[in-house]
Amino acid sequence: MDMNEIKEIFFQECEEQLAELESGLLKMNDGDRDPETVNAVFRAVHSIKGGAGAFGLDDLVAFAHVFETTLDCVRSNKLEPTQDVLKVMLKSADVLADLTNAARDGGSVDESRSRGLVKELEALANGELPSPSAASEAPAAAPVPVAAAPVKPTDESGFEPIPFSFDDFSDDETFEITFKPRFELYSKGNDATLLLRDLSRLGEMSIYCNMDALPGLDELDPEAAYFYWNITLKTDKGEDAIRAVFEFAEWDCELTITTVAAETEAAPAEELPMVPVPFDLSALDDGTDAPAPEKTEAAVAVAAAETASNVTQIASAAARVEKKESAAAANAAAAAAAQNNAAANSAGQTIRVDLDRVDRLINLVGELVINQAMLSQSVIENDTTGTSSINMGLEELQQLTREIQDSVMAIRAQPVKPVFQRMSRIVREVADMVGKSIRLVTEGENTEVDKTVIDKLAEPLTHMIRNAVDHGIESPEKRTAAGKDPEGTIKLSAKHRSGRILIELQDDGAGINRERVKQKAIDNDLISPDANLTDEEIDNLIFAPGFSTADKISDISGRGVGMDVVKRSIQALGGRINITSRPGQGSVFTMSLPLTLAVLDGMVVTVAGQTLVVPLTAIVETLQPEASAIHSFGASHRLISIRNSFCPLVDVGRILNFRATQANPVEGVALLVESEGGGQRALMVDAIQGQRQVVIKSLEANYTHVPGIAAATILGDGRVALILDVDAVVGASRGQALRQEVSLAAAG
Amino acid sequence: MSYIVKNLSEGHRELIAFRVGDQEFCVNVMSVREIRGWTPATAMPHSPSYMKGVINLRGAVLPIIDLSARLGMKPTEPTQRHVIIVAQVHRKVVGLLVDAVSDILTVSEDNVQPTPEIASELQRQFARGIMAIEKRLICLLELEAIFPDAESEAA
Repeated sequence: MDMNEIKEIFFQECEEQLAELESGLLKMNDGDRDPETVNAVFRAVHSIKGGAGAFGLDDLVAFAHVFETTLDCVRSNKLEPTQDVLKVMLKSADVLADLTNAARDGGSVDESRSRGLVKELEALANGELPSPSAASEAPAAAPVPVAAAPVKPTDESGFEPIPFSFDDFSDDETFEITFKPRFELYSKGNDATLLLRDLSRLGEMSIYCNMDALPGLDELDPEAAYFYWNITLKTDKGEDAIRAVFEFAEWDCELTITTVAAETEAAPAEELPMVPVPFDLSALDDGTDAPAPEKTEAAVAVAAAETASNVTQIASAAARVEKKESAAAANAAAAAAAQNNAAANSAGQTIRVDLDRVDRLINLVGELVINQAMLSQSVIENDTTGTSSINMGLEELQQLTREIQDSVMAIRAQPVKPVFQRMSRIVREVADMVGKSIRLVTEGENTEVDKTVIDKLAEPLTHMIRNAVDHGIESPEKRTAAGKDPEGTIKLSAKHRSGRILIELQDDGAGINRERVKQKAIDNDLISPDANLTDEEIDNLIFAPGFSTADKISDISGRGVGMDVVKRSIQALGGRINITSRPGQGSVFTMSLPLTLAVLDGMVVTVAGQTLVVPLTAIVETLQPEASAIHSFGASHRLISIRNSFCPLVDVGRILNFRATQANPVEGVALLVESEGGGQRALMVDAIQGQRQVVIKSLEANYTHVPGIAAATILGDGRVALILDVDAVVGASRGQALRQEVSLAAAG
Repeated sequence: MSYIVKNLSEGHRELIAFRVGDQEFCVNVMSVREIRGWTPATAMPHSPSYMKGVINLRGAVLPIIDLSARLGMKPTEPTQRHVIIVAQVHRKVVGLLVDAVSDILTVSEDNVQPTPEIASELQRQFARGIMAIEKRLICLLELEAIFPDAESEAA
């Protein structure tokens, strides 16, 4: 594992910590005063600081440190977490996220903003602290955990700051240090070797590695930490310097520091239960370019070999342990710590899995389902009695396959929470920019949906949130004048409904100004001036391409690529979007999305001998055209009259070039579909085979994008069927060239 | 195994030879993933004439190219006896429809002669060279040239 991979893990963890931080702060904002919430927030910032320190990300460390100091004041009840305080903290969380991103992607951050926040944070810490000097002099004066030896790890969330003075540590003093790393220390990328080396720079040091906790090879857990060190250090730097060495590790180890009188200096070594093994630090110090851990292992292995009776066994054991040594005593302590942190751990155990592996599994299970169907088919064909044990076995197999498929799909399902959390930041920032006061209320953020859907949801949702803040909610003055709460509310909710996820975005703003929308649509030639439209139709005009009501083009929204792009990206996900608006009371956007992009509900149809799948979401209705309803129009166009309105008839076989001449509509079936432009078309197919859930397969993986075809799938008979791209087919019928999809990123 | 390693290290390589119409061609064995029998393909709209369609290869959608048509010869009417050579070209996996696989050859670079100038433009573009093996003429194909860039190829 190289440095970049470790760094990548650090940034992944940062993301989790930032989410934890934000949700904690939001909880506090809502009046949660549970000390565990404050602790969780503090821990998040502290972990980021720790990791950043290990990678030398100084900007991040500096900011996180000031943030942490202020949070510590809250934690120790020196600072009341009022709304104003939390506002600063939420902004700080945003800046911390920016700094993390900048550190990862190499971008830059708004320095004036972070500097301003540092001042605000320091002011908060200073203002409330009994001694102002303590807060301004950051690392040394931050409350240092000192407790009577031995320090219990369970104290980490509630230790008492004990101030001490430098006068106590005059000249050389001898310290007795016990350093017991826990497994977590190594898993966070810290290294005992480096800590010990730093320690050795403070003064004259002798060190003993204690291995009495090392179990036999058969019980050895390669991930656990078994070794610990007894260190005698003679230094004039004082205890705080020693603590500083362990600053980023203190939560993940047992650290006892005691002062001893000079004459007892050598005593502890004799008191050790096991023969002390001399630990050669010079071996660690000679090569800076070679990775240090290997050196430790080598030294440990050699040392172990000298003391143990079974030389080979222990040497290999020590070598296998890699960087994960520690004392078994830590296990008991860790159990106690786990109990203490029950609330923090209640989120459940998770593992990180590469998405590709999950996708491969999903593909394989898709295969299994198809194969199982094919197998059943051939057994049924060959077995006329239908009572054989093979049949029963097959039925069980079918059930198991279904269960496997459901479970595998569930792996990809993720709560929408991270996306919703990102939105709260956008609301804060945009509201600040336009001088509005807006609260975001989220509901159902634990609703689960496929990861791909979540990833693709963020963009359109951001767009809509910006719109709601910029256009939806009125200015505080207008709101007060209208008799509303000057603080606007935006509600974002998610829930499952009939196999789809329903996301609602509701604002309590002014609602859609239908007069202005209509006027704008007329100005932009979207509708004719004498068009008679219902309120609903007017509301939905905002989704029309090229429509934007913003009088002035602002930074936030209104760049002319507004809601039509949102609608298109929602449709690209197989979803639908709708708006309902009540003047003076606000608007509600409702999005209905499929739970997964891996499967699709489709109608299986036959066109010119080929089997095609039409996405069910696009189909409005199906009908059997009668000869009297078909009207020729121009040279090659035909219209079908449906309930007194005319709808263009599109022969799918002709568009896809499956046949040279148009089929006779009366012999086929018409699928009435709605396309992105809102217009309806009747797609002519030869016959409907049925309705089926199909697994979506990429055509692009081995071939290329085919105009008019969205993807492929494999049917029960093992053959490939193509999934129709309804929008592209409708577009082609208009005489447009089949165009590439416009992504939000490209447009706006 | 050691035999192959030895040979390859001396500039030898293994080729897989197959028949298309009455001619013999070969490709590097390293790019061939598997060989399977013909199964009916699903036709693709708006595709070139040599594009036979796509089949299901254990869950992946595999495009099938009629090599005869691709090389400018007459299109193949596939039957049960025809063979699909599944090959990796660039990062994509494609199926080549051929009449039959005939041989596996181990040849050295010296055996390959330049393509004669009388060959058609298409053949010269796709051929790395020709070889005489046991009095037969075998044309060494460059798969990368047949599918120079799959994106622009079929669009």
